[in-house]
Amino acid sequence: MARLVVLGGGVSGHTTATFARKWLGSEHEVVVVTPNAKWNWIPSNIWVGVGQMSKEEVTFDLDRVYSNAGITYKQAKAVSINPEGKENSDKPFITMEHTSKADSGKIEELEYDYLVNATGPKLNFGATPGLGVGSELGSHTVSVCTADHAVHASHELKKCIEKMKKGEKQKFLIGTGHGMCTCQGAAFEYIFNIEHELNKAGVRDMAEMKWISNESFLGDFGMGGLHMKVGGYVVSSKLFAESLYAERDIEWLIGAHVNKVEKGKIEYELLDGTVGEETFDFSMLIPPFAGVGLKAYNKAGEDITDVIFAPNGFMKVDAKYDAGAYENWKASDWPKTYQNPTYKNMFAAGIAFAPPHLISKPMMNPNGKPINPTPPRTGMPSGIIGKAVAHSVCDLMTKGESNTKLHEASMADMGAACVASAGKGILNGTAAAMTVYPVVPDFEKYPGTGRDTEYTFGEIGLAGHWIKHILHHLFIWKAKLKPGWTLIPE
Amino acid sequence: MKKEEVNFGKRRDFNLTMIPGKFAKSMRTCVIWQFIRFLAINLKMLVVVSKSH
Repeated sequence: MARLVVLGGGVSGHTTATFARKWLGSEHEVVVVTPNAKWNWIPSNIWVGVGQMSKEEVTFDLDRVYSNAGITYKQAKAVSINPEGKENSDKPFITMEHTSKADSGKIEELEYDYLVNATGPKLNFGATPGLGVGSELGSHTVSVCTADHAVHASHELKKCIEKMKKGEKQKFLIGTGHGMCTCQGAAFEYIFNIEHELNKAGVRDMAEMKWISNESFLGDFGMGGLHMKVGGYVVSSKLFAESLYAERDIEWLIGAHVNKVEKGKIEYELLDGTVGEETFDFSMLIPPFAGVGLKAYNKAGEDITDVIFAPNGFMKVDAKYDAGAYENWKASDWPKTYQNPTYKNMFAAGIAFAPPHLISKPMMNPNGKPINPTPPRTGMPSGIIGKAVAHSVCDLMTKGESNTKLHEASMADMGAACVASAGKGILNGTAAAMTVYPVVPDFEKYPGTGRDTEYTFGEIGLAGHWIKHILHHLFIWKAKLKPGWTLIPE
Repeated sequence: MKKEEVNFGKRRDFNLTMIPGKFAKSMRTCVIWQFIRFLAINLKMLVVVSKSH
């Protein structure tokens, strides 16, 4: 019997664990180690954040799903990895700290044969003074990164709407809270949902709305922007995004790194080196992501964290980390199998793998501050990578190393679908439905725009909105492993 | 002034982009047209998904 340990129960970890459980015989064990008791369909947190959905509609308890599936579930936070075992044993193991109410703080070691690191990110609020401390959100802004954060955001939004109804003007500042953030799409969707709610409440004219982000142009999205087919034209995402903001009277401030957050005020610096301040009554600023801070030790107990993890805390995989300057970057720099180059029985999936470099062009202002979005690896890519890694690990466990060809899922050969809603109603909401193929541009294969413009497109309307609703129900169905779950694509 | 022209005058950034007019906006919420687009978008998304696996 062999044991697969999956760290993390988010989109990627859950996908890896559930497919591995399906593909492996009962003689093998699948263990999920995650500090969370609930699974969260994060894209719908946006609707929770405007009070259109409850926390219960976007989350469910993991223990029952895992118990029914035959997956061992440990509600715990992985602390360290010992890939060579310890003095008296060659068996690799992880050390974890339990987080359930019953066992909170209990430390346990768990041996593994194969390890998949799918921890997702640490929400690094502490990187910006005043935005929070460590991974804890501060008191000046709100967030939609977790379901609990989103519930809090919706309460704060409701208070602002009440004030506006009483004639008090409010200023909304939404975007990214640091020069190295990713996930602009979530903030992009949130600001349009707020605007929709303000219109619905009849108070839009009482609100000043502003977007702030680390993108060097609107519509960069951490992918260096994209060119998409819209209405017969091939259009830059810059024009597409600017149009959405202008139509809704939302001002934008781009190329911005937030230096400090205080009550009702931020201080920022821009790509041209200028500094400034913005005030707000309501602000949602996405934090930068970092690795969760796992440590690693060799057999002698020496710290080998820098062998396994990149400086940002994400796990090194089969990527080309020495690609050098932007001009030398290629699609082939991106990992294919997500296997750790040092310890072949370790893989990383989803946000937990260390990208070789940015996708967007690196930018630095005259003060030496890097201000550029980091690569997005959430949603569809996370799920596809998780499934490919599960396939590889299952083959290794059942066929052996010599008979296994690892499965590949490079982000340079993978597309992504993104639906950014504005509102939730079936007939009165709209959405920007976008697909991009591939996520990482390949200028050798697609010399014009780096992407296939047949499959990179964007459209605004009810249709995308319906798709967003369907995706919400489909993915929760799939994650609950209900009948036919394997037929639903990642 | 037409409704879609109002925001062009509000900021320079707005003046340099495009804003949908009445017809484009009505098509966004026209149920019949959107049902057709729903089928088309789903088809395209399925192709992207299949190319990605």
